[in-house]
Amino acid sequence: MPAFLDVVGTLVWKDLLSESRTKDVLSTGVAFALLVLVMLNFAIDLGAENVEAVAPGVLWVSFIFAGTLGIGHAFAAERDRGTFEGLLLAPIDRGAIYLAKVATNVALMGIVELVSLPIFAVLYNVSPAWLQTLSAMALGTIGFSAVGTLVAAIAANTRARELMLPLLLFPLEVPVVIASVKATAAAMGAAEADSLPWLQLLVGFDVMLVAASFLVFEYVVEE
Amino acid sequence: MVRAAPSGLDRLAPDGSSGSAPPIEARGLRVTFGDQAVLRGLDLVVGAGTRLAVLGPNGSGKTTLIRALGGLLRPTGGRILIEGQAYSSGGAAIRRSIGLVSHQGYLYPELTVWENLRFYAKLYRVPEWEDRAREVLKRMGLYQRRAERAASLSRGMAQRLTLARALLHDPSILLLDEPDTGLDARAFATLEALLREVERTVVLTTHDLDHALRLADEIAVLHGGHLVDRVPSAHLDPTALRDRYAAATLPRGEPAEV
Repeated sequence: MPAFLDVVGTLVWKDLLSESRTKDVLSTGVAFALLVLVMLNFAIDLGAENVEAVAPGVLWVSFIFAGTLGIGHAFAAERDRGTFEGLLLAPIDRGAIYLAKVATNVALMGIVELVSLPIFAVLYNVSPAWLQTLSAMALGTIGFSAVGTLVAAIAANTRARELMLPLLLFPLEVPVVIASVKATAAAMGAAEADSLPWLQLLVGFDVMLVAASFLVFEYVVEE
Repeated sequence: MVRAAPSGLDRLAPDGSSGSAPPIEARGLRVTFGDQAVLRGLDLVVGAGTRLAVLGPNGSGKTTLIRALGGLLRPTGGRILIEGQAYSSGGAAIRRSIGLVSHQGYLYPELTVWENLRFYAKLYRVPEWEDRAREVLKRMGLYQRRAERAASLSRGMAQRLTLARALLHDPSILLLDEPDTGLDARAFATLEALLREVERTVVLTTHDLDHALRLADEIAVLHGGHLVDRVPSAHLDPTALRDRYAAATLPRGEPAEV
């Protein structure tokens, strides 16, 4: 197990170091998330009576759109420069590649979310319970990345991968997104305790999705 | 006109009689892409320490053969054994014993030369990787450039770094797809010395007949999805190899495409 985790750590180190130099995912992700928040702020007529019901959905739409960009990039870049074969050649468990990509996606998406959240709070004039909101974001992001990483690996082998990724991904993400929006909505408006069942459900989703995706990833990446 | 595979030419080991499992053994290897058959029941055995150069025209399947032997694509039929083990049963152990150079260098352009080697050393769990990385970089003449990003290297230097990456974990088997691409004379001499000084089993492809004679101690010709010729390079000079290659791959009267 230590060797396995060491490999995962090495793969994450490589991805984050690459990203720190190119900033491909962070720059586009932050810009895209903020654009969505601003545009929807103008497009939706929000008042005091509906902001708590609508704003969590807006927040997650921005996260999901920005996250899809980053997740698609994770495998597309490896495929485009041929380095993914180098990973497959190495004597490592394919599952380590999957977990490393999930961890990298969660980290990068998390940064985008942490930048976007305060701006969202100002734009939409909400003051959420921060702990519950951050918990919902963390758990929702793990679930989103768990499925997204697997689907991105599949889509990277297709001709129209930019189209295939959202087409395959969004339907599969519906349960995670619903639970994330509900947990976030509870944290923003209703009694704080109301978010707990949704957070528990998200934990269940995350465990199930990571485990299932981990097991099938090996078959997805075989040529 | 020499075409498909007379069984005597798809021959096996140089001695054909090794008691232990040969490092590389392919039997009835078939690879198809859609309805196009690239390898058509190829048999190949490479004995321990043999350096085999595979020649063939464009599209003859050289790269496909290297990729199949390296476990990067699953054959449509037949079997591949690396040191007696199939990929299905000994995947990680087999991959640790192989160093592969392909047209893609498997290098991360935004990482430095040193960081690229560090990354692969960790994946292959190379003991005392820093010493080993220093050693291979010095051999390939890249140690002074270890702090530069891979993206800034010329094609020839990138190829040298690719070779350093493939040698980093000291594999017993090297699969080299056109390793001479982009190398200047000095770098090629280094490659030649590296292949000769250590007892490794090597399968390489090249389009350069002279390079094949210098790098390998056996020459094989791949054509029509089979090995149609295989001969010790000591028996050949460049002219004899060119004649033999032309006879194996083309209808009489046409110039050889190398």
